Amino acid sequence: MTTQAEHRMPPASPPAEAGLLPSAEPVRFLDDDGAAAPGDAHGRYERPPSELLRRAYDAMVLGRRFDAQATALTKQGRLAVYPSSRGQEAGEIGAVLALRETDWLFPTYRDSMALIARGIDPVEALTLLRGSWHCGYDPMATRTAPQCTPLATHAPHAVGVAYAARRRGEDTVALVLIGDGGTSEGDFHEALNFAAVFHAPVVFLVQNNGFAISVPLSRQTAAPSLAHKGVGYGVRSERVDGNDPLAVLAVLNDAVESARAGGGPVLVEAHTYRVEPHTNADDDGRYRDHDEVETWKRRDPIARLEAHLRAAGELTDDDVAAARSAAEEYAADVRKRLGEEATGDPAELFAHVYASPTPQLREQAAWLAEELAR
Amino acid sequence: MTVTMGKALNAALRDAMREDETVLMFGEDVGPLGGVFRVTDGLTAEFGEDRCFDTPLAEAGIVGLAVGMAMNGFRPVVEMQFDAFAYPAFEQIASHVAKMRNRTRGAVGLPMVIRVPYAGGIGGVEHHSDSSEAYYAHTPGLKVVTPATVADAYSLLREAIADPDPVVFMEPKKLYWAKDEVSLPVRTSPFGTAEVRRPGTDATLVAYGPAVPVALEAAAAAEAEGRSLEVVDLRTLVPFDDATVASSVRRTGRCVVVAEATGFASVSAEIAARVQERCFHSLWAPVLRVTGWDVPFPPPVLEKYQLPGVDRVLDTVERLQFDDAPDPRFLVAR
Repeated sequence: MTTQAEHRMPPASPPAEAGLLPSAEPVRFLDDDGAAAPGDAHGRYERPPSELLRRAYDAMVLGRRFDAQATALTKQGRLAVYPSSRGQEAGEIGAVLALRETDWLFPTYRDSMALIARGIDPVEALTLLRGSWHCGYDPMATRTAPQCTPLATHAPHAVGVAYAARRRGEDTVALVLIGDGGTSEGDFHEALNFAAVFHAPVVFLVQNNGFAISVPLSRQTAAPSLAHKGVGYGVRSERVDGNDPLAVLAVLNDAVESARAGGGPVLVEAHTYRVEPHTNADDDGRYRDHDEVETWKRRDPIARLEAHLRAAGELTDDDVAAARSAAEEYAADVRKRLGEEATGDPAELFAHVYASPTPQLREQAAWLAEELAR
Repeated sequence: MTVTMGKALNAALRDAMREDETVLMFGEDVGPLGGVFRVTDGLTAEFGEDRCFDTPLAEAGIVGLAVGMAMNGFRPVVEMQFDAFAYPAFEQIASHVAKMRNRTRGAVGLPMVIRVPYAGGIGGVEHHSDSSEAYYAHTPGLKVVTPATVADAYSLLREAIADPDPVVFMEPKKLYWAKDEVSLPVRTSPFGTAEVRRPGTDATLVAYGPAVPVALEAAAAAEAEGRSLEVVDLRTLVPFDDATVASSVRRTGRCVVVAEATGFASVSAEIAARVQERCFHSLWAPVLRVTGWDVPFPPPVLEKYQLPGVDRVLDTVERLQFDDAPDPRFLVAR
């Protein structure tokens, strides 16, 4: 199988490059008010099926209510911190709906909404942000990696998981969630490069929400778009209006199925906006205008989808009421279950550092137990 | 059979890959070239490019890929080529490799090995001779292993590959060509077990990796001068064998730690602390250390002044207050 390496002068213009570049304008199906936009730029995408759009609508309404509840609980001291993804519902839900149960999701700390859309219990999903030492859910059972805090460092893991699956002949895809700030990290670039070289079935979804805490996109990159970062690695890239649920679902579904079919990795940049501060602890008045936030709130993904579905006759007042009522019920349950103080057994600190504790850890566990017994 | 440490490591990889098809080897130049130290020689030829392969030149990516593959059914072994070239991967190692099991409350273990050729003594230019073990030993969740003998190189690497936890496997570069009579496959004592390489009664030399042959040579020279030195080879830094070290020092009453790494905030400092905690009432003198100076590892022109040598070890042993005189080096308040 091993062959001697060959190195030749490359052709003047790499022929594959054109097919890798994203469209000049982000793919969109809806205008800012939810009316039909004049077609997508590539013409390769079709309107997602109505049934999928209805599921997305319900999940987005639920996700937003959950997000608001988590923010409220943080203000009451029930969570240590909460990075909101309000306004990014299309990306959060679209990513999950594009995946099968057997696929893998690699989320960040801002993607709690995606976790619950994945079916993870909300209290488990909020374990980390509640201040616990572990992620709260079983990544193997849920095929969902622990929420990643050091930016982009989970991206090479997604490549490894996807490549491992491909090596076994499985058609598993890994989708990794990254923000605009994360695209400046070396691990993002190494992951793109490895994914391309090993032809791993990975979808990189960059939710470009405009800010890395306080630093605007203009300080992250001088590239024409974040999607353009794919072409240098040989990764096909696409741009999408991240607040247009139809476009997000269409593009992500295409990306995931392309990767699954053996087309290699895909990079998708979703243009969206972080309408809330970085976290409850942030003061966004120090670095951005309120007017800008209001402008983006007008492009609300839920309102756009709702307007579109109503106009298409696929969503009734009763449907909307049912979605909101289910979301209220869900939030009430979260509120109730997070009403109690988070606790933990200090003895468990020593239990999972290694498969079985070292003699030193057993010794220290005993010392802590003695201390607690006094 | 006469075997070098490099060949023993190669045999360990080959045997592990023959026994378990989930074992993979990847990194920089480990494919057809066989690694810059030839530790992976012939593996691509025997097992194919799917099992032993070259990657892009990016250490964080290599370790990150291994994390993902270990999450999904494989047992990757990765090579970092040189000690100081592993630093780009440090975030992956400290934040993910070491913590994944804990972060997931035991749900996700990472059976993977990070091989790090380390330490000096081969005349390498700058950034090729770091003793980086303290960074890893300081990080909970990693096991840190460093063989000093040919048999241990084989056995400890096999154990590392079979271990359910991530292992940083530190290979003393200058011992790659060290030879011994060994019949492979061989199994020595398991992780967490130090070995008394040479029994003695007057003082204990605690060493690991590249410092073990130095300690043994010093002990042989001391015997000619009437000093009986015991040499303990730690073999694994994490988990640490407190029992063997403490039992030796309690018998001899004196201890010198010999290590090639810089001494400040080092593994040798940890050993000295543990010995004085456990053996205070048996000690006739403070625990002393022979380490590298606290300077960046010097390229080969001055390397010999940095490496702990036999003379420095013997001089230090003589400061163990055999004549009840206080150690002059630490007597005067500075």
